[in-house]
Amino acid sequence: MRTSFRVNGQPVSSEVEPRVLLVDMLRDELGSTGTKVGCDTGQCGSCVVHLNGVSTKSCEVLAVQAGGADVTTIEGVSANGDLHPLQEALWVRHGVQCGFCTPGMVMSLLDLLAHSSSPTEAEIRSWLAGNLCRCTGYHSVVRAVQDLVASSEAIRTAGGGER
Amino acid sequence: MLRGDARFTADMALPNMLHMALLRSEHGHARITGIDTARAQQMPGVVRVVTGADLADKLMPLPCIWIPGGVESHFPPHPFGVPGAGPVLAQGKVRYIGDAVAAVVAETAHQAHDAIQSIRVDYELLPVVTEPQDALAEGAPQLHEAVKNNLNAYWTCGDRQGTDTAISSAEVAVELDLYNQRTINSPIEPRAALGDYDPTTEEYTLYASTQSPHNHRFLLAELVLGIPLNKLRVVAPSVGGSFGTKGYLYPDMPLVLYLAKELRRPVKWVDSRNGLMRSTVQGRDHRQHVTLAGDRDGRITALRCTSYANLGAYPSTIGPGVATALMGRSITGPYAIPHAFCEVYATFTNTVPLGAQRGSGRAEATYLMERLIDLYAQKVGLDPAAVRLRNMVAPDRFPYDNGLGWTYDSGDYATALNLALQHSDYAGIETARSEARERGKLLGIGIGSFVAICGVGPSTRMSQEGMLGGTWESANIRVHPSGEVAVTIGSKSTGQSHETTFAQIAADALGVDVASVKVFQSDTDRTPYGQGTYGSRSYSVGGPAVHLAAGRVIAKMRAAAAHAFGVDESAVEYADGAFSVVGGQQKPKAFNDIAMALWYGWNLAPGMEPSIDVTTFFDPPDFNYPFGSHVAVVEVDEATGQIELVKYVAVNDTGPVGNPLVVDGQIEGSILHGVGQALMEEARYDAQGHLLTDDLRTYAIPRATDAPFFVLDRTVTPSPHNPLGVKGAGEIATVPAAAAVSNAVCNALASFGIRHVGMPITAEKIWAALHEGTPASASQSTPGVPVGNP
Repeated sequence: MRTSFRVNGQPVSSEVEPRVLLVDMLRDELGSTGTKVGCDTGQCGSCVVHLNGVSTKSCEVLAVQAGGADVTTIEGVSANGDLHPLQEALWVRHGVQCGFCTPGMVMSLLDLLAHSSSPTEAEIRSWLAGNLCRCTGYHSVVRAVQDLVASSEAIRTAGGGER
Repeated sequence: MLRGDARFTADMALPNMLHMALLRSEHGHARITGIDTARAQQMPGVVRVVTGADLADKLMPLPCIWIPGGVESHFPPHPFGVPGAGPVLAQGKVRYIGDAVAAVVAETAHQAHDAIQSIRVDYELLPVVTEPQDALAEGAPQLHEAVKNNLNAYWTCGDRQGTDTAISSAEVAVELDLYNQRTINSPIEPRAALGDYDPTTEEYTLYASTQSPHNHRFLLAELVLGIPLNKLRVVAPSVGGSFGTKGYLYPDMPLVLYLAKELRRPVKWVDSRNGLMRSTVQGRDHRQHVTLAGDRDGRITALRCTSYANLGAYPSTIGPGVATALMGRSITGPYAIPHAFCEVYATFTNTVPLGAQRGSGRAEATYLMERLIDLYAQKVGLDPAAVRLRNMVAPDRFPYDNGLGWTYDSGDYATALNLALQHSDYAGIETARSEARERGKLLGIGIGSFVAICGVGPSTRMSQEGMLGGTWESANIRVHPSGEVAVTIGSKSTGQSHETTFAQIAADALGVDVASVKVFQSDTDRTPYGQGTYGSRSYSVGGPAVHLAAGRVIAKMRAAAAHAFGVDESAVEYADGAFSVVGGQQKPKAFNDIAMALWYGWNLAPGMEPSIDVTTFFDPPDFNYPFGSHVAVVEVDEATGQIELVKYVAVNDTGPVGNPLVVDGQIEGSILHGVGQALMEEARYDAQGHLLTDDLRTYAIPRATDAPFFVLDRTVTPSPHNPLGVKGAGEIATVPAAAAVSNAVCNALASFGIRHVGMPITAEKIWAALHEGTPASASQSTPGVPVGNP
């Protein structure tokens, strides 16, 4: 079957078997290997991308189901070369160890931040429950988000507008 | 990594690459009476199908390189006479549900997996045994011809007679049957391997998720493929966590190399989560009877442990050593116990091979010691913290021989515990308990004090412990003419930030900006030898190698500067990145000026070689022993049995800390591993040897919602065994965590007369214990029951 959609703003089109998962098409056909595969059952969250702006496990979507959609992958987050403030916060806080779960974490958290400008610790943890990490104990990831939220609030309070 | 641009093995693609899939056994134990691959060979895209029969004279079995030291041991055969660890593809028999039976190579991964389904294997089922004690019994199914009664080794340490006497004459003794349950390490990246072969040079390259590239190169070339070492290069791209699982040889590694040569095309294999669960080494799995004896005043006099260690179907690359020495010699923990003895029956069963899991051996030892000391304190009516403080090795007793084979290097164990007690408001716990009670919650507090042998280790000593290979590290420092520095190390990061910490060691010792230092690792063709990243050894064994190399670099540059200044070396000082003559008027020469002068080599002192390129080796004189105390506070919901970890304090001593962010990151992550074992993780097999927990739906690992922020603090006691004074850090916090959490839960339930709850402590187990009047003292899990308390 032919499926066509946009990945990080670029139109893509490919002839794929109906069973091909979006994550496999991204990785194998399009070479977007920043999106990872960590499990076979939709548990680990390493494959999270944005499908029409919503964080989605790309191992739970068939490539053909993405037809017409806007897909954003980790490669689209810092396409201009600059780290997104969330990525920078993760860097500063040492929120990355092996880095395998990181792309999925970043994509999930960007969705959280898009919907909630000042999530609580409990909200951050709850949002991350679909992203498994075995290295960090989640500490530095949660702290990075808290830092980012705090600095965004500081900027807002100072009249600097949203980051 | 943050941009998604880190390359893991599964992300790699080579031109014209083929894909391999493995057919694994569906049975715990069976004879293969026939394999029909005809249909698979005809499937679209299939290039080659191989079975054990095709490889019998092509690839040797995998070797085992850490055997139980100093005792008779029995292994499957290997043609080189070294201990064998099983064939690459099953030869006539499967012994566990992950045994690889056949491999298919096809144009796409989908095609390879499709074809795997079409292979027909006829099995004659054999009786299965999954428990060590059953495997040792008369009439038990026999796994290996060369291993009588499935006993790999009976291993002991300590003073059997003195311990037995001390126990039988003691005022007080407490006993416990424990099951330190089998766990699945579960790095988020499943393993992968990509083999390439260059017919012109006859050279192989293996790209793989390995934490020990040099070791794997040596073992694969010499003992599996039978090729010259110079013909194999091993590269470890980014590795997505390991925690002990990726330091092993697995069948896929020689297979992709062999097939790449046969087919003259690169061959790639990527594991699935299910495959990982079924075939990547698992952890822990000791069934133990343990006894602690002491007097009525809380002074411990003896400790005894009998352990049945489940090695799985084959010895993994280092599994037998982990299950014996690393556990047995560690059982007394931070306490001075006059008489101690440990015996281990290392046994084969029809389960996934056992390996290391973060904190391996030491975590099992700490769990038994820390559960016993709580029960002992309860029995003599003393506070468990006070009993610990009374028995800890005092600071003036180092180096301290623990009587089981370890000589602790340095420490102040009581100070770390006292600090942890302060942070956890131990003194005010009864107030908190009453307050929680009003909310329907049972509050409990538990301590886990530990010492963890790390920094493997002195090569000679490790050979006595059964390690078949050296355990030193090396480093190379090259100073470029620009003054930039390249540090090349033999060990390999799997997420421990070697790039950062090793650069800092070099920058500190060289007096240069860390930004000018680049660390190279991962590639056997580009790096000096190293034995790999395991046992929390990279920083404390590899780090000193970098430090020593930097010292030699500065010595050479000082000599070059002295020659340039026309003075004696002793008159030259190096500070703030420049060499100058003490008290002299000459203009100082910057680090990069000397580097440039040595690179040009126009005016060198007599006998001095140009350029700066130094390689050093570090083989520590002994191990190092980080230590600490953790305190967990839990609330148990009396109505549901639900457990909430409300506070966790961890005071650790890893010696001087290079990068606190990195070390704390390791501590935080490793605590959560221990919490996972305490509360949710367990690999369960049914009586036929089927793994019931073979994906992340059935095997729980902690999520972000499962723990609060941990409270971390540290004490700093240098180790005398390396020039940096550092101790291991990567896995140490896992060591006491399961014990601390278990003790906290048991403390919460103590008023109900519940003495012990086995791990994983699930809500169901607690509820049953609280409401059904069935004391959960038996920690045995019943094969065949997927969840809950038997």
